[in-house]
Amino acid sequence: MATTIHEPPKIEQDRLPNQSLPSQGSGNGGWRNVAPAGGDLRRVKHSSPPPASTGIWVVLAAITMSFAAFTSALIVRQGTAPLVHITLPPVLYLNTLLIIASSVTLELARRRIATFMGGPRDQAASPARWLYITLFLGLLFVAGQTFAWMQLKSQGIGLATNISYSFFFVLTVAHALHVFGGLSGLVRVIVKLNKSVLRRSTLDATSRYWHFMGALWVYLLLLLWMKL
Amino acid sequence: MHDMSAHAVQHGAPTSFIRNHVFSTDHKVIGKQYYALALVAALVGMLLSWLMRLHLGFATFPIPGLHLLSSTGAPGDVMTPEYYLQLMTMHGTIMVFFVLTTAPFAAFGNFFLPIQTGAEDMPFPHFNMMSFWVTFAAFVPLIASFFTGTGPTLGGWTQYAPLSAIGDVGGPGQGLGVILWATSICLFCIGQLLGALNFITTTLDMRCKGMSLMRLPLTAWGWFITSVMGLTAFAVLMPACILLILDHVAGTSFFVPANLVINDHVLPHTGGSTLLWQHLFWFFGHPEVYIAIVPGMGIVSHVLITNMRKPMLSHRVLIYSMAALAALSYMVYGHHMFVSGMNPVSSLVFSFPTLVITIPSTIIVLIWLGSLYGAKLRINSASLFALGFISMFISGGVSGFFLAQPSIDIMLHATYFVVGHFHLVMGVAAMFGIFAGTYFWFPKMTGRMMNETLGKVHFVMSFIGAYCIFMPFHYLGIAGNVRRYQAFTDDYLIPLIPVHKFITIAALFTGLAQLIFLYNLIHSRFKGELAPNDNPWEGTSLEWSTATPPPHNNFGDKMPVVYHDPYQYSVEGASSDYIMQTSTEKVSSPDEEK
Repeated sequence: MATTIHEPPKIEQDRLPNQSLPSQGSGNGGWRNVAPAGGDLRRVKHSSPPPASTGIWVVLAAITMSFAAFTSALIVRQGTAPLVHITLPPVLYLNTLLIIASSVTLELARRRIATFMGGPRDQAASPARWLYITLFLGLLFVAGQTFAWMQLKSQGIGLATNISYSFFFVLTVAHALHVFGGLSGLVRVIVKLNKSVLRRSTLDATSRYWHFMGALWVYLLLLLWMKL
Repeated sequence: MHDMSAHAVQHGAPTSFIRNHVFSTDHKVIGKQYYALALVAALVGMLLSWLMRLHLGFATFPIPGLHLLSSTGAPGDVMTPEYYLQLMTMHGTIMVFFVLTTAPFAAFGNFFLPIQTGAEDMPFPHFNMMSFWVTFAAFVPLIASFFTGTGPTLGGWTQYAPLSAIGDVGGPGQGLGVILWATSICLFCIGQLLGALNFITTTLDMRCKGMSLMRLPLTAWGWFITSVMGLTAFAVLMPACILLILDHVAGTSFFVPANLVINDHVLPHTGGSTLLWQHLFWFFGHPEVYIAIVPGMGIVSHVLITNMRKPMLSHRVLIYSMAALAALSYMVYGHHMFVSGMNPVSSLVFSFPTLVITIPSTIIVLIWLGSLYGAKLRINSASLFALGFISMFISGGVSGFFLAQPSIDIMLHATYFVVGHFHLVMGVAAMFGIFAGTYFWFPKMTGRMMNETLGKVHFVMSFIGAYCIFMPFHYLGIAGNVRRYQAFTDDYLIPLIPVHKFITIAALFTGLAQLIFLYNLIHSRFKGELAPNDNPWEGTSLEWSTATPPPHNNFGDKMPVVYHDPYQYSVEGASSDYIMQTSTEKVSSPDEEK
């Protein structure tokens, strides 16, 4: 057992027609999977996507609704009494660059992993490297956000200082909690990649979530910058 | 090393008691757990309504033992005005969230959606397990609030600001009680979001071979549409509750206006918006009404079709109408706010889609009635409750036409007319849907039949009782009887007290019928007649093609393949009067999907 053979990670492709995954095992209905009446089963042309691919859109829809609710709260509240103008902590702009950069590195990671699957062995260095960088940038983002909160706290500013800061803290903390979800997703992807059990749909779903977090942050920053 | 590959293909049923019955990831167990939670919640909610009705009918009459529930709320066993409001709030919250949302959607949906779609389980079973346990955890703080010093919140299930956001100065339960209430609702939202995630992905991705979307039974469509509504509605209520909690614990001013004086105290809040809560709450609140009723529509259609032995006039139009209800439900929420001081133009804007939403509702009712016309309906407890659902839905829905118009709503909004309207159209109707589903699916869920005689007695008493309670509410409302009052001492209200006495007696009578149901349910579970076969009602959908009760992976060794539309009854040339979805019989009705 002295020889170490580097095998490329086994990334399962999305389900092929007429081929169900053992873990789900329940066949696949699909959007157009109509078996006509009378006993003839039409060949399945379009298999349904793995549930993670659909599920991630469902999750993102729910998160969108929640932040839409916060946004409308901000707008309705602004209509009741004018919001106090506040200056956003400058570190937020650096954090914005970090989370955008993390999206770029995650895309690089995704491509590396795809190439790694079919590419020559010399590229097999470490497809997880860019994932680690993404994870690091994500953690830096959260650290940067925490720095902004601490900075405000040291100036004696808190959630109840005025309504603008209330919204600032609610929106940034809510976003950061969601980013934690993304970070744990990235860790899960890395663990699975290292164990060679990563599925393409898991990687795609996680990266969609992560990109969404980046886009959401840019939106929130613009909202806070324009409204507060 | 032994070969594990055989085990990897089919995961077997867990063997330990804890994984089987407590922290189970099996959707069927989770469905039963939801049902049990709803049953307990319904009993608590009903008990609260009895206490309220006794107080309304016989205000000075002591209710023996009530002081044990709250010594400050019911000194000498007669409830204080505040305690009446606290019970009313808890009745509304428990019934709307933990019964009407939990039973028809989460309980039956969990048990039957994967089976009806032909799936082994939901795609994210651990999230599904979390969904139930988070919902259960949500129930705990709500019940715990009964036993805190000042008792539960008294702000009504809608928790209008600023009363809900000002803390103890607002009355008993407005401090800790509201925090517990909002925490409970936050948790409930998380539970329902996890459930919606599973329901949507099950419907879209887990269907078995041959199961096109249009081949899904109407129940599955009801649950799917409801889960989409739940996803968007609960995702909005949760932020609202978080902001409410922050107004309490962090001193923020989201909902409390500046310079508000309560009991000679000037509150420290600055410039919050009271209307903001109503906007956020009703954006959830109106879809919630449909979350309660749409699964019932699916169940009633499913039960009636099986007992009529013919499909509905139009399968597609029924589905499209339910979807239209869901889409419109987001555009009408402002009709709850006609008297909020909102701009009258906004009232008009919300009034129009409110009237439009009556169109899909009417289409659904007409399809039911048109399909029932001339049908030789098999009369049993399930089909009777399905008919009762339609009756209640029509009776409660008709008053909706009046309330949809701002000019009339301004007169009726704060009266019992509205209470009668929503109790009939979403409360009793949805309950009847739950009962229809229970009598219908009990054999599949337990392997035993419920007692039909007791079921029919339950129906007759509930049907008559519900009308005796809620029809007079409309009369009271037109007579100007304000709601949320604990006693009627004004001159013009005194003559109405006999009506309240009548309603109280009717409520006790109707409640008694529910105890008959409870007895029937528990007795039949353990000692009921064994189900004669896997398909006692001669149904066609997939739940009837599998064993009773269904095995761990729902279908045993062979996953189903679907060849037919869900409701192929009385097809000419077929070997029997129904063709199951899995049947390979080469006969089909002319309107079957090709």
